[in-house]
This record gives sequence, structure tokens and C-alpha cells, in this order.
Amino acid sequence: MNELLTHTRLPDRAPPVSEVGIVHWAKKHLFGSVSNTIMTLVSLYILYLLIPPLVNWALLKANISGTDRSVCDANAAGACWTFIKVRFNQIMFGLFYGSHPDQIWRPVLAFFMLVGLLTPLFIEKFPFKGMLGGFILLVYPFIAFALIHGAWLGLPVAETREWGGFLLTFVLSSIGIVAALPLGILLALGRRSELPVIRSFSIFYIELWRGTPLITVLFMASVLLPLFFPAGVEFDKVLRALIGITMFQSAYTAEAIRGGLQAIPKGQFEAADALGLSYWKKMIFIVLPQALKISIPGIVNTFIELFKDTSLVSIIGLLDLLNMAQTASQSIEWKGYDTEAYIFAAFIFWIFCYGISRYSQNLEAKLDRGHRN
Amino acid sequence: MTDTPPPPPTPPVATAATTPEAPATGNSEYSIDIRGLNKWYGSFHVLKDINLQVSKGERIVICGPSGSGKSTMIRCINRLEEHQEGTIIVDGVELTNDVKNIDTVRREVGMVFQHFNLFPHLTVLENCTLAPIWVRKTPKKEAIATAMQYLERVRIPEQANKYPGQLSGGQQQRVAIARSLCMNPRIMLFDEPTSALDPEMISEVLDTMIDLAETGMTMLCVTHEMGFAKQVADRVIFMDYGEIVEQAPPEEFFNNPKHDRTQLFLSQILAH
Ligand SMILES: Nc1ncnc2c1ncn2[C@@H]1O[C@H](COP(=O)(O)OP(=O)(O)OP(=O)(O)O)[C@@H](O)[C@H]1O
Ligand SMILES: [Mg+2]
Repeated sequence: MNELLTHTRLPDRAPPVSEVGIVHWAKKHLFGSVSNTIMTLVSLYILYLLIPPLVNWALLKANISGTDRSVCDANAAGACWTFIKVRFNQIMFGLFYGSHPDQIWRPVLAFFMLVGLLTPLFIEKFPFKGMLGGFILLVYPFIAFALIHGAWLGLPVAETREWGGFLLTFVLSSIGIVAALPLGILLALGRRSELPVIRSFSIFYIELWRGTPLITVLFMASVLLPLFFPAGVEFDKVLRALIGITMFQSAYTAEAIRGGLQAIPKGQFEAADALGLSYWKKMIFIVLPQALKISIPGIVNTFIELFKDTSLVSIIGLLDLLNMAQTASQSIEWKGYDTEAYIFAAFIFWIFCYGISRYSQNLEAKLDRGHRN
Repeated sequence: MTDTPPPPPTPPVATAATTPEAPATGNSEYSIDIRGLNKWYGSFHVLKDINLQVSKGERIVICGPSGSGKSTMIRCINRLEEHQEGTIIVDGVELTNDVKNIDTVRREVGMVFQHFNLFPHLTVLENCTLAPIWVRKTPKKEAIATAMQYLERVRIPEQANKYPGQLSGGQQQRVAIARSLCMNPRIMLFDEPTSALDPEMISEVLDTMIDLAETGMTMLCVTHEMGFAKQVADRVIFMDYGEIVEQAPPEEFFNNPKHDRTQLFLSQILAH
């Protein structure tokens, strides 16, 4: 009789040295072939031409001291950050707060309150997420409005038409996306509904807004909405813009979510049906949590687009971050420094959009970790 | 004997699920009472004149070639598929377009799928407690206790807080069985519960199903596990081309099949 053999497993070894390390990486990716090497060298040369003058202008020779243009005019080779420093409040918070620096604490407090309220939501084991989320959605907006507007608290009133800058951009885009999400969910579900009336309405609505540029929507919101109200009733401009933005954004959100819904296997619907879950319970507990997760990149994309597109509210006379920066640079005191204004606005936009994009990547990775194998 | 499939009649215009010869509703003594069931996909006649009565506690195994309509038939029993002709009465409730009846039936009928269909974003325990809490309105504590009890019965209580993606196929299918049982169903439907599993996991799922059969649950299983059929089935049903061709107790069915199609089918699946 044969004796049974026992197999001994080979131990793992580290890869050969030539396969790891920075030198290897550079060899492989930057100088891997002739054309690759040429491209690397050309890119390096272009960077050499661009970077030093830019650094010189924006940092090394830049002006930041003083409170008027005399410093900048004396040293024209450097950027004039003095202008941004002096007009910072106006560009970030709009005309009212620009001229009432003692009131700036109100929007700042509102902003940090929001950050403070949102933070626990990102702590994995925080027990009262639902309640906190409800508070942020239902109560916080009123607190923020009370603070920023001021009338309810007996503070100096900042009329909404005097809101502007980053504050306005932030208010419009964040309320826009939050209000558009439930609408978008309903529209996406409606588009897949078995009831022809609901389906046709959803398709009509989505295609209507998707086929219209935001600038037209804002213009129509500004011109058409007041027609529904008695003459003489002043209809808040910011509210008009918000309604237009929400309508518009909900169509894009709906399409992003529809993509997610389509990715849910039929078996998930069937298992939910077989357990006796009603349509809404099936959607709320089974389908939407999975579909929304898949839709996160799409929704974030539309949000970033919206964030940048809020600049279009200038068509109805509101000054967002970009327009406020431009306006500031066109004032008599600072005429000629519009480059600085645009760079600053672009920088703020970029920080914000990049932050959102990074966060959504994290979120995806985190959600993925939990559920996939 | 040989019979050719009858030429398919065209689907009826109306979708009323009643035929004159069957009672509209009734206190049927059967757990499942299917009479004159016909179903079409478009113009494709997928189920033809199905008559099937299942007594309480009866265990039925359904087999037949691929595409013969086995899944379609058992999916009609909990209305995952609509039928166009005939009556289906489940536990005394007739399946019509009435949503209330459909809900009632679905609460009483559990189903296990070939591909498990667990909810991947919920833990095993949440998979098991969701429907009891939201459909049966069981208090959460009680639902958890029941779920743990069933997870123990399918022998995976230690996996309760994992996500389905972290389990093996056999474990997932046992969770799916536990999830159905948590609703306290009177009838369990199985649609090829082991055919997506690796060979070494099939027996753990079959053992679970055998345990379940011993509790007196009414069971309808579509499966080609003939050993399982021999061990637990009261009756084996053979379907082909949308018809029930033959039904008999397992000994008779396997040792003495009456139809040539049944014989051919059995020789094919026993060959490998
Ligand atoms: N939604 C559908 N639309 C059209 N035809 C369908 C649909 N579902 C199933 N069919 C067809 O109906 C027939 C019966 O399908 P069914 O799934 O009931 O077969 P089955 O006996 O379960 O086969 P299998 O062993 O492969 O699971 C098949 O020919 C199939 O192609
Ligand atoms: Mg099948």
C-alpha cells in the first residue's frame, strides 16, 4: 500500500529589487520608451517656462501689505493680494456684510454650526444620526436664516438681495442639492413606474429641464414666477433663483439616480416582494439605499456642476462669488486688479469642489467596504 | 405513451383570473389549490392547464427540463408572476389583482431563490428582521430573538452581524432560508436552491431543508437533487413544455415512470 504524501507549501518571497522603488517607477513610467522620454522632457521644459514667473508674480513679488492700491501700484510686477485682503468680506459674504464687518460673525457662526452639526454624521458609531439629520434638514435652515437675515433676532437686517459672494453661492447650491434630492428620487422612481400617467409625467418633466440651459431656467424663474403672484407682491429674488435651481437640479439628480436603480438586480425586487414588503417599503429599505450608493458619483458630479453654475444667477441681478469678485475689482478704488479677483474666485471654487470630490471618493470606498466581499 | 404538446391557444383578452369550473374563492382544504392555470409571455404559452392541489404539510418536488416552466409555476403561487387564466387559491385566499390578497398570500408564503437574493447592504440579522418588523409589525426585540433562533436552526448564529458578501454561497443560502422562516410562513417555495452552489456546499443546504421538512412545513421545491426528492418528497412532479406530465410518490416516480419523457429525463439526469 502506498503511503500518503504530504505537500509542503512554498514560502512567499519578496519581489526582485528592480521591480520596486522610485527609480524603477520613473524608469518605467517616464522614460520607458523613446516617445515617452521625449514627452517627459518636453513637459519638464514647459513647466520650467511657466512655473517660475507664476511663482514670482503670485508669491515672491506679491503685495499684501497696506489698505489701498498705492502699494500695489508701486510694485506692478507682483500680484495685488492687498485688494483681496481689503475686499475679502465683500467677496465672501456680499454687499451687506462687506459694509458691516462687525456683523460677519453671523454667517460665520451659521457656517461653523453647520460644520459642527455635520461632523458627528461622519463618525461611524454615532448613535443619533437619524435625529441629527432631521434636525439639520428641518430646524437648522431656520436658525441659519435667522442669523444671516437677522430680522427674527432683532439684528441689523441683511436683505436677501444684499446677500452675495461665497455665502450666496453656498446657500443656493446647498439648498438646491438638498431640495432636489427628494424630488429627484421621486422622478427617478416615477420614470420607472408601471403607471403610464406617472411615467409620462416624469419623462416629460426630466426631459424638459434637461433640455433647457440653467441660464434660461433662471431667467424664466425670474420673469415667470412673479406672474403667479398678485401685482405689487415683491417676490424674493433668492427664492426665485432657488426654485429655478431646484427644478433644474432635480431633473439631473433623477437621471443620476435612475442609473443606480437600473443597476439593482431583479432578484432584489423579487426577494422584497416575496417577503411581502409594500412598494414604498421595498424602495426605502432595499432598493434606494443600494441605488443611491451607486449614484453617489453621478449626484456629486451634478452638484459640483451646480456649484459652479450658480454664477449664472448674475442674469437676475444676484452676485455670487465670481460676480462679487468681479464687481469688487471694478470699483474705482481697485480698477485694474481683475486678474487677482478671478484667481481668488477660482481658488475658492477649486478648494470647495476638490473637497467634495475627494469626500465622495472616500464615501464610496467606505460604503463599498461594508457590503461587497 | 407519447403525447405531443397541444397547439397553444391564443391568450385571452381579459385578465380575469377565474374560470367557470373552479370556485371563485373557497375554504379549500388544500394549502395550495391551482385549477386550470394558463399563462402566456406575449404569445408564448408558458403554462398549460396546470392543476395542482397541495395538502397542508405536503412536500412536493418539481423537476423537468430547462425552460419547462417550473420556476414560472411556483412564482405564480406568490404572484411574482401574473397568470391570465385559472384560479390559484393559497391558504383559502384567491390570487387576483387585489393587492390586499397578494399581500396576505406573500406574508404566508416564503420563497428561496437560486441566487439567494440576500440584501447586500444589510447584515445577516437585518436581512432576517426587516420583513418581520415592517410587514408583520413585530417588535424589534422579538424579531431579533426570532431571527437568532432561526439562524441557530440553520447553524450560522455566529454570522449574524456579517454582511452577505462575507459569507460562502452555502451560508448565504441558509441565511436566505432563515430570512424566509422569520416571517413564520405556512408554505415555503424553493426555486433550485442548490444549483448555484459549489458541490461541497450543496449538502449543508439540503440538510437544512430536510430539517425543515421534518417540522411539517408545506414545501414546494424545484430541484434536481434526486436524493433529496427520495428522502423527503411526498410527491414528485415532472413538468415539460409548460405541462405537468406526471406526478407520483418518489418510489413510483423513480422506479416506475409512466411517461417516455419522464424516463428520458430521468436517464439524462441520473447519467452524470
Ligand atoms: N419574463 C419572461 N418573458 C418571456 N419569456 C420568459 C420569461 N421568463 C421565462 N420565460 C420563458 O418561459 C419558459 C419557462 O421559463 P422558466 O423559467 O419557468 O423555466 P424553468 O423550468 O424554471 O427552467 P430552468 O430549469 O432553466 O430554470 C422559458 O422558455 C423561458 O424562456
Ligand atoms: Mg427556473
